[in-house]
Amino acid sequence: MIIFQSVSKIYNSHSVALEDVTFQVNPGEFVSLAGRSGAGKSTAIKLLIGEEKPTKGRIFFGQYEVNKLSDKELPPFRRHIGVVFQDFRLLPTKNAYENVAFALEVAGRPQREITELVPQVLDMVGLSEKRGNFPHELSGGEKQRVAIARAMIHRPEVIIADEPTGNLDPFHTFEIIKLLEKINQLGTTILLATHDKEVINVLEKRVITLDRGRVIRDEMKGKYILV
Amino acid sequence: MFTVISRIIHFGLKSFWRNGWLSTATVAIMVLALLMFVNLIIFGVVTDSAAASIQDKIDISVYFKTNAPEDQILNIKQSLESLSEVKNVEYVSRDKALEVFREAHKNDSIISQAINELTTNPLEASLSIKARRPDQYAAIAEYLNAPNLSSYIDSVSYSKNQVIIERLTAIVENVNRGGFALTVFLAFVAGLVIFNTIRLAIYSNREEIGIMRVVGASNSLVRGPYMVEGVICGVLAATISMIIAAPIFYFVSPYINVFIPGLNIFKYFYSNLLGLFGYQLLFGIGIGTLSSFVAVRRYLKN
Repeated sequence: MIIFQSVSKIYNSHSVALEDVTFQVNPGEFVSLAGRSGAGKSTAIKLLIGEEKPTKGRIFFGQYEVNKLSDKELPPFRRHIGVVFQDFRLLPTKNAYENVAFALEVAGRPQREITELVPQVLDMVGLSEKRGNFPHELSGGEKQRVAIARAMIHRPEVIIADEPTGNLDPFHTFEIIKLLEKINQLGTTILLATHDKEVINVLEKRVITLDRGRVIRDEMKGKYILV
Repeated sequence: MFTVISRIIHFGLKSFWRNGWLSTATVAIMVLALLMFVNLIIFGVVTDSAAASIQDKIDISVYFKTNAPEDQILNIKQSLESLSEVKNVEYVSRDKALEVFREAHKNDSIISQAINELTTNPLEASLSIKARRPDQYAAIAEYLNAPNLSSYIDSVSYSKNQVIIERLTAIVENVNRGGFALTVFLAFVAGLVIFNTIRLAIYSNREEIGIMRVVGASNSLVRGPYMVEGVICGVLAATISMIIAAPIFYFVSPYINVFIPGLNIFKYFYSNLLGLFGYQLLFGIGIGTLSSFVAVRRYLKN
């Protein structure tokens, strides 16, 4: 359960990223966060994973009140979430297998579990053959699949994807979206921030639309509409 | 706990190996800095022994009148030895002085003949006094000026050599003080160079640190591997710098020996190999891990 309660993020008087944003995401939902570049999608996600603190308002994630977490409390909190970014954010000195395994290693899972789980998840995203390749040896779509494998392997309650298809061609875009839908069907909540009209219209799921830092629409079977 | 530590060490080793070029560059800079450090230690030994060899050349001699009774001279010797400033006192009796004189001029027939014709020994007994520190000679000379001694003492060499002694004293002091200041300064520079090298290496990894944080890595799991790398760099740099230093000292040693007889820096280096290596390790590992610790800290916010 994710709750944004009257959240504002003001960088300075000229730059208001979010203004009085309130919404709630229930367990198991697939929610798209739509809007143009600069509408506040990325800021909302940064606030949700505790990369930044809100100027006003409260953010809840399960039993955590995210805006109150200290530097020390953030790492264990983040292990409840899987995050996927537009720029993949894979560790360049680790190969595909190690990047995925890293999410389990930081959680302190035993080696036995890691050697069992990682190949399964790599297989699920279709990258068994490329397990030994380093990020610079993978295509954009492959990198994003490694990132998704890393985000889901520790079975987080929520996967947050910030423009995961922003750097991909249409073919790979839908490959990634299908993968996210599959993960959602297995019970994981998905929060997808995107400005891709096609993606949102194909999904036919709940859409929260942001414009200039405000929520302008929240529909259960939304379309991408900007007025 | 054990899994975390073993993973930290594993990550550190792997990252050191995979960042081959960066690691090599870091180790190379550390080797240079540590070479400077071991040179400073040897430089300290050189200045110390230079100062000591100058100091060793300084003494004052007291010449006693020929009629001064020997037991009186030995009394004075004893009282001098009880002074806190005095390191040692050497007594040269009249007979001993004559013997030394004879030995020194045995090839000079005229002098030898002249000595043989003497019925009495014309040479004076003397005490040669060494102070603990060169600046204490004035006090000792002052002590010898006491009126109750003047009836036995013919002359004190200090008044003749005063200028030279004072100048040598000043040189010894300056060499010691300057050497220490230079050592501290250059050790600081060496430390700063290593710190900056490691900081830059970690700066180039700042995005990686950010990724680890987002995935949920704890601070110790992010920081640990970098500190392990710091240790590896320190150990490698200390070892390599000792391997490079050995032949350098071996070849330079004879030249230094010309200036300061009795000082063999290669021998010093060789016989203190373990101790010096220990210093190098301590300095290398200490500054390596500390730099990593400090440099990573700024990327651990958020």
